[in-house]
Amino acid sequence: MTAAPGDGNKAAPPAAGDTGRAVAPAGDDRDAGPPVTPDGAAPCSPGAASRPPDPQALARAASRPGAPHVLARGDDPPAPPATLRPHSFVTGPWLLDISELAVRFGPVRAVDGVSLQLPPGPCGLGLVGESGSGKTTIGRAALRLVPTSAGIVRFAGKDIAGLRGKALQDYRRAAQIVFQDPDGVLDPRMRIGATIAEALVAHRMAGRRAAAEQARALLAEVGLDPAFAARYPHQLSGGQRQRVSIARALSVRPRLLVLDEPTSALDVRAQAAILALVTRLRAQRNLAYLLITHNLAIVSELCEQTAVLYLGRVAESGPTDALLGNPAHPYTRALRSAVPELDGPTAARVVLPGDAPDAANPPPGCVFHPRCPLAVDRCRAEVPALRAVRPGRLAACHRAEEVLASSSASPGRAPASTAEGSPPGSTAAAPPA
Amino acid sequence: MIEAPAPLPAQDVVVPRGEALRLGLRANPLMTLGAVLCLVVIVVAVFAPLLAPYPADAGSATHPFAVLKAPSSLHWFGTDNVGRDILSRVIFGARVSPVVAVLVLLIACLIGIPLGVVAGYFGGWLDEVIMRVTDIFLAFPPLLLALALAAVLPPSLTSLVIAIAVTWWPWYTRLVRGQAASVAGRPYVESCRALGIPSYRIVLRHVLPNAVTPLIVQVSLDFGGVILTASALSFLGLGAQDPTPEWGLMVAEGQNYFTTAWWVVTFPGLAILFTAFAFTLLGDGLRDLLDPKRTFLR
Amino acid sequence: MRLAITGLQVSFGARRVVDVDELHVGAAEIVGLAGESGSGKSMTTLAVLGLAHTVGATVRGSITLDGTELTSLSQRELREVRGRRIAAIFQSPATAFSPVFRVGSVVHRALRLHGMSRSEATEAASRAMRQVLLSPGLLDRYPSQLSGGQLQRVAIAIALALRAEVLLADEPTSALDVTVQAEVLEVLRDLRDSSGMAVLFISHDLAVVAELCDRVAIMREGRIVEQGPAARVLSAPADAYTADLLAAVPAIRAEGTP
Repeated sequence: MTAAPGDGNKAAPPAAGDTGRAVAPAGDDRDAGPPVTPDGAAPCSPGAASRPPDPQALARAASRPGAPHVLARGDDPPAPPATLRPHSFVTGPWLLDISELAVRFGPVRAVDGVSLQLPPGPCGLGLVGESGSGKTTIGRAALRLVPTSAGIVRFAGKDIAGLRGKALQDYRRAAQIVFQDPDGVLDPRMRIGATIAEALVAHRMAGRRAAAEQARALLAEVGLDPAFAARYPHQLSGGQRQRVSIARALSVRPRLLVLDEPTSALDVRAQAAILALVTRLRAQRNLAYLLITHNLAIVSELCEQTAVLYLGRVAESGPTDALLGNPAHPYTRALRSAVPELDGPTAARVVLPGDAPDAANPPPGCVFHPRCPLAVDRCRAEVPALRAVRPGRLAACHRAEEVLASSSASPGRAPASTAEGSPPGSTAAAPPA
Repeated sequence: MIEAPAPLPAQDVVVPRGEALRLGLRANPLMTLGAVLCLVVIVVAVFAPLLAPYPADAGSATHPFAVLKAPSSLHWFGTDNVGRDILSRVIFGARVSPVVAVLVLLIACLIGIPLGVVAGYFGGWLDEVIMRVTDIFLAFPPLLLALALAAVLPPSLTSLVIAIAVTWWPWYTRLVRGQAASVAGRPYVESCRALGIPSYRIVLRHVLPNAVTPLIVQVSLDFGGVILTASALSFLGLGAQDPTPEWGLMVAEGQNYFTTAWWVVTFPGLAILFTAFAFTLLGDGLRDLLDPKRTFLR
Repeated sequence: MRLAITGLQVSFGARRVVDVDELHVGAAEIVGLAGESGSGKSMTTLAVLGLAHTVGATVRGSITLDGTELTSLSQRELREVRGRRIAAIFQSPATAFSPVFRVGSVVHRALRLHGMSRSEATEAASRAMRQVLLSPGLLDRYPSQLSGGQLQRVAIAIALALRAEVLLADEPTSALDVTVQAEVLEVLRDLRDSSGMAVLFISHDLAVVAELCDRVAIMREGRIVEQGPAARVLSAPADAYTADLLAAVPAIRAEGTP
């Protein structure tokens, strides 16, 4: 796909709008030196450059209707203009380091011992789960929007719980979130331009006029005509509002972007446009993002690494392609098989009996065992630890190796469940052996 | 490819603020009427000495020979029980009653809005403290509380204003607090917090404008209510005293003569009605004007 | 054809929101009506149920149910048809279940309203619950004690118990988790196979439509731009808009290698 000359494509937002008031430091954050890969390496292996945007994905993104940007195959993404380079104060290998995070709302354990790491961008980590998995709470906790009960969240090496004053303000600029519901997320009384410029003015990053200029530039960057600045939210479609929401988050030049179900409320074409936008922004702004979703397909498009969550714990994590193609956890397999696809099912459907258990009263042992087709006595008694089952892949399952082996042997076939392993009272048929 | 905005339907075209106001006035005839009527009241109040045929009657003049005269060409609204021209008193009353109402509502808003917004947005112990104090005030029957206060204070218009304002602000606090709490939970406020926007900014720019909308209508509706409360207090001898031409007081004093001289009560009553109506229309219209979703063109 | 829609036009004053030349659903068939939001899918459902006037829309055209012309029926006659012959489930199961009543009482009331005796109703309800893979004991619970997926299945059970001929399913799984959605889709397939119900499945999710539906109609701005067997339409679309929609659907690209 080559960018046709003169078709109005912009490789980068115009720098003309920036006044040079920006305090962007010179130098790339890659100067931090080659970080060491920790053991049991989790998401987005640092060190080696994170996987460059896959040309296939880019091509698909470009051919998508409404795709705002086109790259020639083989081109490097254009370097972001000087004023857009993100703040760089990363110390250590990880941009975001979540360690044994626990969040409790009264008796409900929304998050129960989750550890995740995300290196500096460009990089994408997917948090996949259904309702009650805790994925949204993790995203909010990473931004200090909910109080945590235990565990530490470190951003650029610093414990975010201890940040105050200027350090807190810096952090708020460096880590941003895009919410799920495009409807309520914009003040209905404020014009779009003012909404986007608001943070700039509040942080004194720009004067009023300069902020308005930057707002227009941001609108262009997310693929909207700057004329939108004068409009009100109710005059925009859902997809457009979501893009405004992204522009607002980008206004403070974050290094980390948490995307909380960014497309679930959108039509399929608007969704495709947002995916293409995120892909482009990732390249242009060296963004690291945490993509929270239940949609395996968009995780597959946007994230190199994925963690699957169940009832507040990590069930499995690893490189997305491998995880989805060859699950190491029965829940991942069931999830994968449940996702409807245009080309028809690629895996035998694994039907999970019952519903997600009550987060206030989690089952003993492995929280998944009441619904797991592979559960054995050990699963009822002992909580499986999250351990490395392959280099770069972690799974919390006593029988993870079997799951892996059977997946790779015959994709789509589940291992036979043992007779005494069938969960009591289960009404689901055993998956085909 | 940059996405261009779809052309807006004609009535949604965004217009600059000044023009929007003018168009809004044209498009909202009821509000314009309300504004005009309010203007009438203001003009009457300002030019009362010029408009009233017997300005002295608004003061302590008495005319024992012209007592309770029916409306005639000499006295358009008739005379009251001490012979004073009612028209003049009604005109001068425009300087008293609406001013009392406006002052009361202003004080109630000045106390109620900040308290309500702070309680609603910050929640926690601040909310508890503010709301419990509010509840205490609300627990008293309003008239009794006003009475108690007015009895303590020397009878005058100032005392009247203070007494009524004290009973009025708790309602506004509660109303605003509910709205503010609801706004505080909305995604755009959370988004502001995530962006690191300081609380005072969030409160001023987001919570306040979105939380006071129901208050605008409430205030305009309360206008008549305040005048009536003032009249009750004046009737009981607290607050405005004779010969102050306070409309409520005139109604209260004229009650005894209602069957024989209906004009003594009726015209001040109509003046109250007229003014309350004007403010209600204005309030309704203002609320619509402030709503960005409102279309201004036909 | 169980349900035949011909020349249906639904309008709000001068603005026409639905303009469907032809759409029909046969017995033991699941037909998908797919499109983006605002394409008129939900208005079509309302029109079939005879409820378009409640939102201020006017309906013209023909909707026949096994030969009976629905547009010429009075509201009283329509009340006989609604629920009994044409059942409907919606995106939010909360629309069917009031939180103050036990789920069972809602089911029973629906069955009794359409002529069953008390014992018949109890019997039919239990049978239907088992058909949707739910224990009849769940009928004693309140809606807040059941999950979204369970509530949807209870709503389907009502349709089953009444032996409805047609089921209109308006985005029934959009608000559900994907594993729960899989169960509901399974139940719908069973409806088609063992009860021979005609199902009109409305959705914006093309992947779900691809998996579930036998035939599919793509709707755009009130018109049907393409119709045909799901396998054909969704793999080799004839219309550019359909192709656009399909290209926008993200796919899982997982390799098999660890």
